[in-house]
Amino acid sequence: MNLTRRQMLRASVGVAAAGVFGFALPAAATPEATAESIKKFTGGADPVSGGNLTLTAPEIAENGNTVPVEIAVDSPMTDDDYVESVVIYAEGNPNPDVVVFHFTPMSGAAVAKTRMRLAKTQNVVAVAKTSTGQVFMDKKEVKVTIGGCGG
Amino acid sequence: MDNIKPRVKVPKSASAGDIIQIKTLINHPMESGLRKGKDGNPIPRQIINKFTCEFNGKTVFSCDLEPAISANPYLEFSAKVTEPGTFKFIWMDDDGSVYETENKIAIK
Repeated sequence: MNLTRRQMLRASVGVAAAGVFGFALPAAATPEATAESIKKFTGGADPVSGGNLTLTAPEIAENGNTVPVEIAVDSPMTDDDYVESVVIYAEGNPNPDVVVFHFTPMSGAAVAKTRMRLAKTQNVVAVAKTSTGQVFMDKKEVKVTIGGCGG
Repeated sequence: MDNIKPRVKVPKSASAGDIIQIKTLINHPMESGLRKGKDGNPIPRQIINKFTCEFNGKTVFSCDLEPAISANPYLEFSAKVTEPGTFKFIWMDDDGSVYETENKIAIK
């Protein structure tokens, strides 16, 4: 097979592109996958944005290996009305799930803080579910300078 | 795994009805399963997948951790104290190990 220089170049670019997109992209979660996970978590209920749930994360994270993140839900936390669980998703990570916090009335307040890994600049989403069936959501974009998924 | 040392910060005493803040840290690599070793093979996942905090035998707070949690997982949460008692903290490893620690709290 005789290839001209131009054909050869085109072919190699194609292979390189396949290398980058063919393997890197399917491994990453997408906002759609996250939306699906949220639906599964809420049982189909549409989350209400803003208000009772606050997600705190830095605007710019220099190191994606340890990004501090905090959630707080405004709730009376009584036996009849308390926050059951809060879940955090990272839309651009290889796997969008980050953590699920389970609260009880004995928690006193629905607040929790941890540190997470972010692969790249992306949206972090928190969804809260209360015992009365209310669902809240909050979203923050975090810019990541150095990704934290190894590799 | 060896050399896993859980560390917990709980106030020594509180007034009845107080909401106290609890901080926990455990040294653990939280190997995500996505990293590759020097030989090019993926390093198998090994993380703490569950954490539970109990007060006098009742669950106060628990969480399910995923590989997206940083190494040496740090958790901060709150608890309502109505009586003196003991907090028990339990971390569960992927390999089946369970790390535990306890802290007593008195009522002022």
